[in-house]
Amino acid sequence: MNRKLFLLLLLAGVVPIGVVAENHGQWIARVPAQDRSQSNPMATDPSAITAGKILFEQHCASCHGEDARGTGRRPSLHTSRVHRATDGELQWLLRNGSLIHGMPAWSSLPEVQRWQLVRYLHSLDPDPQQQQ
Amino acid sequence: MKKIALLALILAVPRLWSQEVPYFVTYSHHMEEPGSLELESKTAMDKPDAGNQFFGNSVEFEYGTTAWWTSELYLDATSTVGESTVFGGFRLENRVRPLLQEHWINPVLYVEFEDINEADKSILEVVGHDGKSDFLNNTSETRKVKQRELELKLIFSSDAKGWNYSENVIFEKNLNNSPWEFGYAFALSRPLGLKASARECSFCRQNFSAGAELYGGLGDRYTPGLRNTSQYLSPVVGWQIPNGPRLSFATSFGLNDYSLAHIYRVGLAYEVGQVGSLFHRKGTRP
Repeated sequence: MNRKLFLLLLLAGVVPIGVVAENHGQWIARVPAQDRSQSNPMATDPSAITAGKILFEQHCASCHGEDARGTGRRPSLHTSRVHRATDGELQWLLRNGSLIHGMPAWSSLPEVQRWQLVRYLHSLDPDPQQQQ
Repeated sequence: MKKIALLALILAVPRLWSQEVPYFVTYSHHMEEPGSLELESKTAMDKPDAGNQFFGNSVEFEYGTTAWWTSELYLDATSTVGESTVFGGFRLENRVRPLLQEHWINPVLYVEFEDINEADKSILEVVGHDGKSDFLNNTSETRKVKQRELELKLIFSSDAKGWNYSENVIFEKNLNNSPWEFGYAFALSRPLGLKASARECSFCRQNFSAGAELYGGLGDRYTPGLRNTSQYLSPVVGWQIPNGPRLSFATSFGLNDYSLAHIYRVGLAYEVGQVGSLFHRKGTRP
């Protein structure tokens, strides 16, 4: 009984490692079409970018840097990939994270705040040196 | 000097503000951010009718090992008025998210090893036939009774329209040849404001959350059910001070004669971002 339990727990820990083995940045291919095409309800809110910037400083800057240009092994968000992504794709990423690559899920943030963050992320200029 | 150095280290690393649910007993599927360390103190206090007032404290060190795996160490201490203050023991736990995307309900597997004694009154869970009589014996006696326990939890949790709904099923076994004991915890909570303010503010509605927890024992392997178990209903409120600590308060009301009448709870948490990066070699990655 105890051995079975141990094996179950071991499997539970190991399976996620085996199931998801993809390159960093391929999350965008996994976004369902329904989420991809979602429009941003904060798109016309004039304060959304400012609110999104504050949210970014509170939740994201410790990894991505105050200027969103990355810190250490954490990626910059001044990239053409972020710039090209639709609002729906970015909101999907914030909600689900990319757990296997260290990006936490921010489903704990209310959805409207994730949309405010998306507005801020899209306001970042892509750095010409950052191709991805 | 060491304390000053530790304080300087904590203040030097980036602070992180994670949106946490204000629960004391129930776990949600929200994991600690990878590389971040949360320090939290949870205190439970009460004065049983036929016993002495107690303060059960648990200090929690929660570390995001990865984005899908969180590890925690708890150190417990209990102070009982007219008796003594004793170290209650330690707990080591790990939580793993087996599914790597959000679903309408999100499971988390939880495994904990506890090495505590019967004097511990931090009340981090209620299982089996735990009841108010557990709080009446003198600390000098109960501290001698060791409890080495394995605790498993199935955590289910959902986020919808700003609400978090969490359900925990608890299985606990004292490794000293005791039967499995069962318990549960349900909770829901919501921030008072969903939209973030465009100015930094401590008292904005988005920084406050409120909810409730319902938890209790479900008997043991030989006597399962609600008979001779304690049950509690607990309104909870939380206040996240931007770039500062998180405070939470609750009053648990005992729902039957087997339960303590009230348990007052206070929580204080402080999150330190990217502690893990201090131990990693710096590199760049686009």
